[in-house]
Amino acid sequence: MMEFLSQPWPWYVAGPIIGLVVPALLLLGNRQFGVSENLRHMCAATLPGNVEFLKYDWKKAGTWNLTFIAGTVIGGFIAYTLLYNPDPIAISEATRSDLAALGISDFNGLVPSQVFSWSGLATVPGLIMIIAGGFLVGFGTRYAGGCTSGHAISGLADLQLPSLIAVLGFFAGGLIATYFILPLLL
Amino acid sequence: MQTIDYDAPAVAVESRDTAAAADGLLKYLVAGILFGIVLTKSEVISWFRIQEMFRFQSFHMYGIIGSAVIVAAISVFLIKRRHARTFGGETISIPPKQLGKGYRYWIGGTIFGLGWALTGACPGPIFALIGNGVLVMLVALVAALAGTWTYSYLRPRLPH
Repeated sequence: MMEFLSQPWPWYVAGPIIGLVVPALLLLGNRQFGVSENLRHMCAATLPGNVEFLKYDWKKAGTWNLTFIAGTVIGGFIAYTLLYNPDPIAISEATRSDLAALGISDFNGLVPSQVFSWSGLATVPGLIMIIAGGFLVGFGTRYAGGCTSGHAISGLADLQLPSLIAVLGFFAGGLIATYFILPLLL
Repeated sequence: MQTIDYDAPAVAVESRDTAAAADGLLKYLVAGILFGIVLTKSEVISWFRIQEMFRFQSFHMYGIIGSAVIVAAISVFLIKRRHARTFGGETISIPPKQLGKGYRYWIGGTIFGLGWALTGACPGPIFALIGNGVLVMLVALVAALAGTWTYSYLRPRLPH
């Protein structure tokens, strides 16, 4: 059983489970699935300053969501310790050769260790991909009013036009970064 | 200038006593744990998988997002259709997102997409990766908080 669960899960198992998070949160307490709200709650909790957008009762609005995301960290840890998959990632051969052409050589683990590691952080690509990338994620998600969970899943599931526009933006940005920025960095 | 709070966090109206509150939080913790396990085991949190998606070289990510949306959409449809209530008996309401002029969605969305492809992680996966021992993602998290803070500060001057 554990061996079975340790294999990478196919899309038709993982996707529906992720989709069920939406009704689960609605039925558990009328909560909207949206992970990036937590970034706002964390800012409001630590450094609200004199910023209007960060002055609200984050405990009342966000304790449930911060608990959820703490669970996500624990879930990641459980998967890493109990359900660890030692094989190199089974991405398509085309992606593998494209990335190899860009200079990615290590396909072990979930992320390329030459970039996403402490030593990688000290390189220019690592610095840009981790710090600038993280900054853009945090800025963009709040500007757009949601991330993959809030717009691509909750929003599209509720047939909301703003979410569709946001998702098209996600892809536009992702394609620009993939085809024009990453080749310059790697 | 009158500023409109387009996305005031939804605050539950009822007050809960502390014991009930702790009990009420456990279910969100469990849901979050399952979410973290699924994100990891489906490799959605992998930079490699995100690259594979943006290069259109595998159905994997599209299958996950697509089937998640379909399952969520059917669920939301049924919840609305049957006027379902929460397990605690509260009414379920899903606030519509305000379109406004729509700038925020395509500009903010594109900025987010740039970051998504660079880090290979949207907000949920950043947290799941930290749990997976990729501790350098703590730096990405702090950077994302800096980004959120900067947006919050600039918000009155940005087109929405």
